Amino acid sequence: MMIEVEKLVFRYPHSTFTLRVPELSVAEGEKVALAGPSGSGKTTLLHLLAGILLPDEGRIVVGGVQPPRLGDGARRAFRIGQLGLVFQDFQLLEYLDVFENILLPYRIHPALTLTAAVRERARQLARETGIDHRLSHRPGRLSQGEKQRTALCRALLPQPLCLLADEPTGSLDPAAKTRVLEILFEQCTRARATLLMVTHDTGLLGRFDRAIHLAEVSR
Amino acid sequence: MRQVVFLAWQSLRFHRLQSAILIFGLAVTLYLPLAVNGLVARYQASLLQRAGATPLVAGGLGSRFDLVLHALYFRGHVPRLLKMADVQALRDTGYAEPIPLYVRFTARHAPLVGTTLDYFAFRQLPLARGEPLLQLGDCVLGAEVAATLNLGPGDRLLTDPENVFDLAGSYPVSLRVMGVLAPGHTPDDRAVFVDLKTTWLIEGLAHGHSDVTGTNTDANVVLDRTATNVTANAALVEFTEVTAENLASFHFHGDPGDFPVSAILPIPRDEKSATLLRGRYQVPDATVQILVPRGVVEELLGLVFRIKRFFDANAALVGTATAAFLLLVVLLSLRLRRPELETLFRLGCARGLTTRLVAVELTGLALVSAVVALTAAQITWALVSLW
Repeated sequence: MMIEVEKLVFRYPHSTFTLRVPELSVAEGEKVALAGPSGSGKTTLLHLLAGILLPDEGRIVVGGVQPPRLGDGARRAFRIGQLGLVFQDFQLLEYLDVFENILLPYRIHPALTLTAAVRERARQLARETGIDHRLSHRPGRLSQGEKQRTALCRALLPQPLCLLADEPTGSLDPAAKTRVLEILFEQCTRARATLLMVTHDTGLLGRFDRAIHLAEVSR
Repeated sequence: MRQVVFLAWQSLRFHRLQSAILIFGLAVTLYLPLAVNGLVARYQASLLQRAGATPLVAGGLGSRFDLVLHALYFRGHVPRLLKMADVQALRDTGYAEPIPLYVRFTARHAPLVGTTLDYFAFRQLPLARGEPLLQLGDCVLGAEVAATLNLGPGDRLLTDPENVFDLAGSYPVSLRVMGVLAPGHTPDDRAVFVDLKTTWLIEGLAHGHSDVTGTNTDANVVLDRTATNVTANAALVEFTEVTAENLASFHFHGDPGDFPVSAILPIPRDEKSATLLRGRYQVPDATVQILVPRGVVEELLGLVFRIKRFFDANAALVGTATAAFLLLVVLLSLRLRRPELETLFRLGCARGLTTRLVAVELTGLALVSAVVALTAAQITWALVSLW
């Protein structure tokens, strides 16, 4: 299994919200949609899997590693080296051009070394996702679809075992949504990466291997 | 670290206007005290060096500051005048060799320093071009005067009239430029040097005119003629420049012992002689005062530094206000950049990277500001030293 969660409990301080996930698993190479109403804890679960948040109780295993048991430095290294994170609002750095945004993971952690091969892979990813003509442009000049494709390239560049995507198509128009999703599936298949994607869009669920409804899982 | 510097540089470059404003604010705050302190230090060093190189100054009774500024820097009021007899009296003590100075006139607004050749030896003023003073009406230019007026050996320099409406006052004399001194970055660079007698000529104590003693003299010029004396009227034209042809006609009227000097630089034989000489003139009825210039200049600088302390306090206040302002800017900027820093954290940036990123940016801004301030201060110092 790529992802295993058991008896997970998480509470935000000063909040009545509690996330409970008795059991959840995702197989290697599986493409899974994580659905659920707003406020059900989808993003929280993704952050717990990524080690951004730490659970109060329970066990989380991602790629054979238990992120909560790692120290802060090791957890960061795990996150940047083993996981690919895609956010709904892209979270690109406005002062870097598209190429440098794609290379960003290699600039912010010494666990990743920026080599000529990495640069070439970044160009190749940009070609495959159709943003190679935008490499020298800053995010401010990109369309929403182009921004999301840039964020996708950034997540895929370190060749992660698992891609955690938080509503990556949420702010896209239908055409861009379809294109981004195609690229996401294509790249995950090519890299044999597992995909766990949060989505509100029930129309997209049929395209995944499986859909997990968080409300049902946490019942 | 290379990657952090890269990201910081990209951020600063992208926010170039904000960066420029911060650099400007910081640079100005650093520049003002830096420039002023540098100028004061240079001015102080320059004043003290000159004062230290001059063992004693003698002059008429009055303000010691005026006397020292006048004798050393050729500035300020002309102190109460002495006579050549005072110079001789000083020499007669046997304790020092006096170098007389008469600094009262100007030539093209540069102070005209009447002195003897001993002054050049004492100040160690080598000639860069031309020859030393040879005769009445010759002058040697300081390096800055020569450059400013674009004059050199062989040229002529007219002295400034004291008052264009005073017909009885000193009249301009055309001086022959004999040489130009090598630059020494001292007040000598900004002066015109002539022989003491030339200043007396400008003063009107000496003059030259055509011979009226001969029998073929124009009768309209002669008012009275006796066996021993010829009196001429105003129609007799006096020479306004000294040439080889008319040099012999120049003559002095009066007792040379009464001719004026404005200051004397007594060069004592040794320290003991200097002390004895000062003691000789520290009597109640003395008409000459002898000063140690270094002490006077230090006293003068003490007054200046008392004022400077207010400026320093002001600069410290401005610096503190700027630091507080910058802190506020940094805090606000961190708040604005929270999404960016959050992204870096979520992606898994190395521990402390965001702190280092902000620190590198601030250090970069501070360094650039310091370089700008230092460069501006150096330009200021260079411009002021030229001026």
